[in-house]
Amino acid sequence: MRELQIVLIATAVVCGVCTVLTVLLLLAERFIANYGRCTIDINQGARRLEVRGGSPLLGTLMEEGVFIPSACGGKGSCGECKVKVLAGGGPIAPTEAPLLSDQQRTANLRISCQVKVRNDMAIEVPPELFSVREYQAVVERIVDLTHDIKELRLKLIEPGEIEFTAGQYIQLKAPPYAHNEAVYRAYSVASPPDEKDHLELIIRLVPGGICTTWVFEHLTEGHTVSLNGPYGKFRLSDSDREMVWIAGGSGMAPFWSMVRFMKAHNIARKCTYFFGAVRKRDLFLVDELRQLERELDWFTFVPALSGPAAEDNWSGETGLITEVVDRHIADGSNMEGYLCGSGGMIDAAVKVLLKKGIAEDCIFYDKFT
Amino acid sequence: MILMLADTLAKEAAGQNLLAIFFAAAITDNILLTRFLGMCSFLSISSQMRASIGLGLAVIFVTACTGAINAALYWFVLIPLERYGVPASSLQLILFIVVIAAFVQLLEMVIERVSLGLYFALGVFLPLITVNCAILGANLFLINKNLTVFEGFVYSAGAGAGWAVAIILMAGIRIRLKTARIPAALEGPGITLIICGIMALAFIGLSGLIK
Repeated sequence: MRELQIVLIATAVVCGVCTVLTVLLLLAERFIANYGRCTIDINQGARRLEVRGGSPLLGTLMEEGVFIPSACGGKGSCGECKVKVLAGGGPIAPTEAPLLSDQQRTANLRISCQVKVRNDMAIEVPPELFSVREYQAVVERIVDLTHDIKELRLKLIEPGEIEFTAGQYIQLKAPPYAHNEAVYRAYSVASPPDEKDHLELIIRLVPGGICTTWVFEHLTEGHTVSLNGPYGKFRLSDSDREMVWIAGGSGMAPFWSMVRFMKAHNIARKCTYFFGAVRKRDLFLVDELRQLERELDWFTFVPALSGPAAEDNWSGETGLITEVVDRHIADGSNMEGYLCGSGGMIDAAVKVLLKKGIAEDCIFYDKFT
Repeated sequence: MILMLADTLAKEAAGQNLLAIFFAAAITDNILLTRFLGMCSFLSISSQMRASIGLGLAVIFVTACTGAINAALYWFVLIPLERYGVPASSLQLILFIVVIAAFVQLLEMVIERVSLGLYFALGVFLPLITVNCAILGANLFLINKNLTVFEGFVYSAGAGAGWAVAIILMAGIRIRLKTARIPAALEGPGITLIICGIMALAFIGLSGLIK
């Protein structure tokens, strides 16, 4: 009996002290960390938001429907959510410092997930971000394109339609699972923009990746997902110069959207699409693209394998994609280059294109990070 | 100098006065160099002088305040409860940790509101302090020494000051180390631990100076 009394009293004391401390902290949060209502002026009066202060700028803007692209979900590690803060940003926090260059500092850029709304602010965002919305979609189909690449076909529910240009990307939200917090990851849209009520994404499994592991192991048809977009400046230029497209792996996505967009709108602009993979099992959509090649006289598709296996019976191009491009292009002075893939591939390919005489401002790319 | 001063002061005052408690905690009973507590942040932060000063000041403040709060908690809550058979020693550890964690949170909120500059200067260190075992150590030792609330405040301020002195000294030495030729295998934490050991030997010479 006495032991039970001791245990009960001890538990009560610990709980009591913890409760007192919790109440203290809650009161402090209510009164000390209460910054009242603040106004955020966006693009000099284009929009004015009345918000509750005390939260990071990124999340506050998101709640109001202004979506700033961010890959890490507001943890201050990716540095992508930069926003121009004209007034009311306060001093640069130590968590921002490593992510901002001197040039960006003088341009008043800040890492919006690390800037708290503490008073009235004036900020500037690219106007196209106003068209960014949060969408709910249901997974209509998941197809294995290769052993480590899946195609996700989503049907938009709310809002039911999306406006974007071929080459842009969206951010898919991976909800919390296992020990991971929610994260947003960027994926280029693979479907053509004319199909406004559907989105197709091409996703390659990144070993240990939070979002891709979720897509590969937890996501099934019929699931509802959240995404926001569209983002990005990767798009076809308005010129009629001949185009060189270079992609690897899931870098296929923007081009798969672009070629179908061009076909639908009869844009007969000469175009050669180089697609690099290691072995035959890493290739996908080849039959579809070959079919388009036969139908469209302006389109050429060149798949290349860097290390074909003996059983592949590969008679097409071999070698690194940069070597293949090097062999195929003679004079690039009146061409444009479009690249999508890993950073290393893009850096190497840009070098080749520059060597071939393509002007630097005619090379556009979408680098995976 | 300081030692002589402390010694005379200690002799002048009959028994244990507050200054003696302070200097004993800071110098002769240095929590880092005689007990080797709070080593993790010591080893990583002492490579930068500015950060060492910032962290040192933060540790002094947090140790002193939590020392007083925890001493009060011990004498006014836990000791009266011993009547019911609950040994105070079994609860002090868990309660002290919770109090320290909550205090640091509270402090962070207040500093953020009052001075953004100070918040950014200390911001990175405050969460680190929550898990600094020197603070918990000082809080527990003052109970062992049977100090009252105010004595406990002075004792833990001294312990924090001792920790700050040790990390600032080490940061000063590590500035010199940057130009020294150190065997590759000992670079970083290795040589720091060796120097720390030598400093501890030096501080052993002071033990017993203040009873």
